[in-house]
Parts: sequence; structure tokens; C-alpha cells
Amino acid sequence: MGDPVNLISTWLRDLLVNLGLAPNFVDFLLVVLGVLVLATAVTVLDIFLVWVERKVVGRFQDRLGPNRLGPFGLIQPFADIIKLLIKEDILPVGADKIVYNLAPVMALGTVLLLWAVIPLAPTLIGADINVAVLYIVAVGAIGSLAIIMAGWASNNKYALLGAFRTVAMIVSYEVPMVIVLLVPVIMARSMGLMAIVEAQDVWFIFLAPAAALILLVTSIAELGRAPFDLVEAESEIVAGYNIEYSGMKFGLFYAGELLHAITLSAVISTVFLGGWRGPFVEQVPILGVLYLLIKAFLVYWVIMWIRYSFPRLRIDQMMDFCWKFLTPLALVLLIATAILDKALAGSSTFVYTLSMLAANIIVAWLTILVLRRYARTERRKVAELKPIATPPAPTLEESLGQE
Amino acid sequence: MTPYLFVFIVTAIVTLGAALMVVTARSLIHSALWLVLALFGVGAMFVLLSAGFFAVVQVVIYIGAIAILMIFAIMLTRRVMREDGSRFTRGWWLAILMALVLLTGLVWMIQSWSGSSSTMQPLPPELVDPIQSLGAMLVSPNGYVLPFELASILLLAALIGAIVVAWERK
Repeated sequence: MGDPVNLISTWLRDLLVNLGLAPNFVDFLLVVLGVLVLATAVTVLDIFLVWVERKVVGRFQDRLGPNRLGPFGLIQPFADIIKLLIKEDILPVGADKIVYNLAPVMALGTVLLLWAVIPLAPTLIGADINVAVLYIVAVGAIGSLAIIMAGWASNNKYALLGAFRTVAMIVSYEVPMVIVLLVPVIMARSMGLMAIVEAQDVWFIFLAPAAALILLVTSIAELGRAPFDLVEAESEIVAGYNIEYSGMKFGLFYAGELLHAITLSAVISTVFLGGWRGPFVEQVPILGVLYLLIKAFLVYWVIMWIRYSFPRLRIDQMMDFCWKFLTPLALVLLIATAILDKALAGSSTFVYTLSMLAANIIVAWLTILVLRRYARTERRKVAELKPIATPPAPTLEESLGQE
Repeated sequence: MTPYLFVFIVTAIVTLGAALMVVTARSLIHSALWLVLALFGVGAMFVLLSAGFFAVVQVVIYIGAIAILMIFAIMLTRRVMREDGSRFTRGWWLAILMALVLLTGLVWMIQSWSGSSSTMQPLPPELVDPIQSLGAMLVSPNGYVLPFELASILLLAALIGAIVVAWERK
């Protein structure tokens, strides 16, 4: 049994070919149509996300959240959109007009690009390319370019500082992210996301929980959300790279940020939580979309939970955390996974799963031991008495002269 | 004209146009952004050659790392916003000469290669995953393990060098 999307696509293709259009052209048309449908569906989901985010923040902060417009405040996002649309569109003095206007489009567009490679259901994927994991990283790189363009073109020092911080953070956290994304690639023996999902008879989070955790942390950093939100640290740089944007241009950044969160959640669920896998998905493939969305929203909820519970990091702490902790840990995990994978070739799934899990637990345990020692020495350093001004130690002559 | 050819021509024009803008744009930042477009065009060219891996790596390394680094460096230098001064150096004729010599050399080399005149064939379907063969070749003793490891050592040396330079001695 096929899923409705493919059924409609086949039906439309037959219809258009019977109308006398060239089959090549029809195929091209269907591809364009597919892109439009996917992009629109994702953008509509984005409108809903505005409500989800505000409602969940409300609950975390012991408030009600939007509750005035419509049932449970569901109409609120539309009111927000109308407000954004009728606001004045401001172009700052000295701004670089083309770059300034291009940046928000790129910020949202690069997030939409990610959906092209995420498998939505066993029969439903935009493009099943064999380098999907690297593609995700590449698109993230273009996204950071959009932010730096916004920061520079605004002709505002706070915007530029915010862009610097963002890009420094994204470029740094990309390193452990790429390394840790290689762990599922090794396990699935493919860089295609469809193949990775199909290989997850046991979800990879059970095989590599530590790797999944690192991917979650690096994703949050990539999103620039708390505790990594020094990009928009209000007390230091006002609002960061999008300070000069108003109206719907700001709306595009905002929408892009929200959509990025759910998109990276979908990527994490695809890579570690089995993607579209779930009961009865073989019989009814369209259920896969539902399962993927449920898992993605679960991860999204965890991201929000972290966002609204942690204070902001300082920039040096953030960099230390990435380069001195996450990157070495990710490398150790990658090496352990690669060696174990080779050593366990041909063993049963049960043995494979158990040894991978054990390896992850041992690595995590050793990390905690090292961290505890480090924290102890740091605490000792802080606890040491440090007099602000010490008199110079008397030299031999001075002490002799006094006598 | 096949759609393939059409896409190729558009990509080629955009890439070359962007490359031209890199050297003629007045502001340095604009040059860097045009460079990003040109590099992206090269990536699209790889896609047209069904070399997906190279396309993605092109974007990751050239746009994600090198172009961003360039933009950073430009922004951290002073006088970024100013657009005065001549865009041409004194040795511009020498640069054109060198570029022409290089172009002639490259054209001559490609002309003399036997594969340049044959038409392109799609990849054989029995080749399951080109990346797997690429990876195997990179680490197989009969393949390119020596250059691969040498490049790794070079990069490691550069990494250590950067740390030594940036090290704050107490």
C-alpha cells in the first residue's frame, strides 16, 4: 500500500501525460510541485510553533501563556503575523541594502533546505542523497553566513558583535557535531539518512547515548538558544545580529530560529531515535510522518526545557566547553565506536548493542571521573586565600640591616 | 537543448560572473560575498557531474570554513567600510599575463588528455556507493594511504603550530 502523497503524485503524472505534456517536463513539474508542497507544509508548521514555544515557556515559568485569542490562544500566532506585517519597514542609515534584505531570506531558506534530506516516511523523502549527513553540516554553514551578512549589513556595532559571537560559536560547535554525527554513520555504514533510519532496528540512542547527548548539546549551540544564547545577550549587546530588523524581516529571522529548532530536533530523531520507525509503519507508510513529528516534538520539548532552565554561559566558558570537553569526548567516542564496530563484525545484534552501550557508559563514567578531579582542583584554587596586595619579601640585606 | 545543458549554462554564467565580481567589486566584503557565490557555483557544477560528495565538501570547506574565515579577517581589519583607493595594483598587467599563461597551460593539458573528447556517461548502477570506494581507496595500501596520512600529519603540525603561537606563557 502506498502513501497518499505518492498516490496523488502518480495520479497527477498520469493525468498530465494523458493531456499531452512531455513526460520529462511532467517529472520536472512534479519535482517543483513537491518542493513547494514540502516547503509550504513546513512553513505552516512554523506558524504553529510560535504558539507551542510561547505556551511551553509560559508553563515552564508558571504562567498561562497566550490564552486570549481562540481556544487555548491558538489564533495568537496569526495576530502576531498581522502585527509584524503592518509594522514599519526600516532601513538603517548606512546599511548595505541588498545584503541587508538578503540575510533574513537566507536565514529561513537554509532551514527549509534541511527538510529536503529528512526522510518523512518509508516512501517519502525529498532527496535520498548518499551524503545527507554532510549536507546537513554544509547547509548549517550557509546559515551562519546569513547571520554574518545580517550583522554586517545592519551597520550597527551591536549587530556586528552579535554576528561575530554567533559565527564563532557555530564554527566551533560544528566540529564536535560533525565528529559525533559520524558515530551513527559508522553504525549504519552509510551517510544517507534513509539508510541510517533503516539500519535502526535498535534505536541508535540505545547504542550510543553519550553521542546522542553531545549531538543535542551541539545542536542547541547551533541554534544559539540558552544556555548558549550570548548571541543575543540583552545586557551586553542589546539584541544581537537582528537588532536593526523590523517588521516581517525580523519575523523571518524569528520564524527561521523556531523552524531551525524543530528541524534539528527532526534530524536528531532521524539519526538517533529511529526517524519514522514505529508500529504498523510497514503497512501504513504515512504513519511515519506522525512518528517523526512526535519524536521531533519530544526532542524540541527537551531543548525548550534546557533553554528555560539554564542561565547563560560566558563566552570563554562556552569556548572551553566546546574545545576542551566536547571535542575530545566526541573523538574518543568516535574511536571507541570504530574499533568496537570492527571487532564485533558478524556478532549478533544483541551482543553488538550491549557492547556499544557498555563502551558508551565506560567513556561517560571516565569523563565524569576526570571532570570531578578537575572541578576539585578548580575549587581548591578558588578557595585559596589570595591577599590583594602583598608586601615585597624583605631581601637579605634589609633583614640584616634591621637587626 | 536538454534541461541538463540549460542548468549547466546558467550555473557557468553565474559562477563566472560572480568570479568577475570578486575582482571588480569596490568593497572587500562584497568581494568576499561574491566569492561565496562563485564557490557555490562550483559546488553546483559538482552536483551536475553527479559528484555529490565533492559538492557538499566544497560547500562545507570553502564556504563554511574558508569564506567565513576571510570575512572574519576582513571585518577585523580596519578601514573595511571605506571604499576609496584604486582597485588595481601596479602589477595588474603581470597578473593578467600570469592568468593567461595558466589558462593556456590548463587548456592545453585538458586538450591532450584522452578523456576530454569523449562524451560523459552516467555512473554505472552496479557502483553502489561511490563514497565507500573513495573511503576504501583513501586508506588502502594500494591506494592513497601515504598521501592521505602525509596530509594528516601536515594538518596536525599546523594545528600544533597554531596552539604554540597562541600559547600564553606564564
